Amino acid sequence: MPASATRDVPVRPPRALTVVGVLGGAAILLPFVALVAGVDLTRLPRLLTSPAALDALGLSLRTSLAATAVCLVLGIPLALTLTRLEFPGRSVARSLVLLPLVVPPVVGGIALTEAFGRRGLVGEHLHVLGIDIAFTTAAVVMAQVFVSLPFLVVALEGSLQTRGDAHERTALSLGASPARTFRTVTLPLMAPGLLAGTVLTFARALGEFGATITFAGSMQGTTRTLPLQVYLERETDPEAAVALSLLLVVVALAVITLAYGRKRVTIS
Amino acid sequence: MRARLPALLVLAAASAPVMTGCAGGSAAQDVPAQDTATADVTLTVFTAASLSDAFEQIGEDFEAEHPGVTVRFNVAGSSDLVQQVIAGAPADVFAPADVPTMDRAVGAGAVSGTPRPFATNVLTLVTPPDNPAGIASLADAAAEGVNLVACAPQVPCGQATAALARASGLALDPVSEESSVTDVLGKVTSGEADAGLVYVTDAARAGEAVRTVDLEHARSAVNTYPIAALAEAEHPGPADAFVEHVLGAQGQEVLGHAGFGHP
Repeated sequence: MPASATRDVPVRPPRALTVVGVLGGAAILLPFVALVAGVDLTRLPRLLTSPAALDALGLSLRTSLAATAVCLVLGIPLALTLTRLEFPGRSVARSLVLLPLVVPPVVGGIALTEAFGRRGLVGEHLHVLGIDIAFTTAAVVMAQVFVSLPFLVVALEGSLQTRGDAHERTALSLGASPARTFRTVTLPLMAPGLLAGTVLTFARALGEFGATITFAGSMQGTTRTLPLQVYLERETDPEAAVALSLLLVVVALAVITLAYGRKRVTIS
Repeated sequence: MRARLPALLVLAAASAPVMTGCAGGSAAQDVPAQDTATADVTLTVFTAASLSDAFEQIGEDFEAEHPGVTVRFNVAGSSDLVQQVIAGAPADVFAPADVPTMDRAVGAGAVSGTPRPFATNVLTLVTPPDNPAGIASLADAAAEGVNLVACAPQVPCGQATAALARASGLALDPVSEESSVTDVLGKVTSGEADAGLVYVTDAARAGEAVRTVDLEHARSAVNTYPIAALAEAEHPGPADAFVEHVLGAQGQEVLGHAGFGHP
């Protein structure tokens, strides 16, 4: 078959596009190269092991992991509902889920305060019950969930839509229960999107700044995550701020490597 | 192939904090190159956020007195401004919120002549209008179980807060240390905080949205605002005139009205 002979040779994009593509890559990477070049390496160990930096890193990792877990619990059912359930206004609902991607994070923080603050829509009832969220680590996680959940939902929607629901129909027609179909057919189908989405979600939570500083406040060990520490450090020592932000980049790279490094399994 | 795109997005997401905090910085980038003639002059003033309302008024008065001169402001936090000034941003006049920030600009050789103090500011305690925690003094705000919000020691208002606490003999225990006095005020006006330490000018601007509690030792932490024309000013003449106007009777009256003190 002539088709199978050409299948292994990748289709090269036009040369001009490749040139522009390299420029696009430079637009992203050049600032990071400058960032690394601007760091005084001799000061790095001391800057990165200061109690404030370690507290901030620990808090960032804990809250981002918690936020990712919450996003998985909420995001998988949400993506399924949006792609597999027919209901009026579905396309509007799918757009609304993307709102946190569009609004400035500071506005997200104000919105969270309006909802869960002491005088907020929901928060005032929680306050009566003795639950105050602002200024707690829980507020940090809520801010992170708010901004990063859309990343997971978008990734899962993409994966569910490209796969279609033929496999599930088959499973159901063979007598599998909806729960079993979800477990043994739908979830595995979601796997590629789930992995990419989880990594993106974690990374977005790790970098979250605006909603956190607006809604949760900034206190070492409780609410001052690494991005907030970077922002504060910049007031007195811009170089230290750059060094600390390198830590964020390194953590993000580590996550990518963990998630994608051994992913040479062919899908489909 | 699928893996590449998310990988790059991850980097972008994680770098978000590095790219924030530069919001107010772009105003000076689009200077029209047309006014090299003697006719119209656009004077660019870099000013601290806390001065913005008073300086808008001062700018209008100055324009009225100097036909052909337009004053525009780049408003941001003082540490942002000084970084921009040192990096060579096109500015004529610099008015940060504290002396150490001005000293950084002087040290970098960015300032023309000697900076002059033109206003002072002191801290005050604000609570939400209904004062839910019944705060009547700084000691009340320092008590356990009170959601007190203040500036972090790294920023000028945090330095003032530390000086105030020392003078009052109190150990403050805030639930949050903010990077800017605006963030402190926001936590109080939204009702999240029971009390916050802000400048009297911030309290004046907030008006009915806060209740002000006078502080016994407020004068122990006086913050001084310096102003100077810049060495690389495009319009040195009008820049000096603007500095004189701020220090003059009319400028001082506007500042006094906004709650600033005389140095």
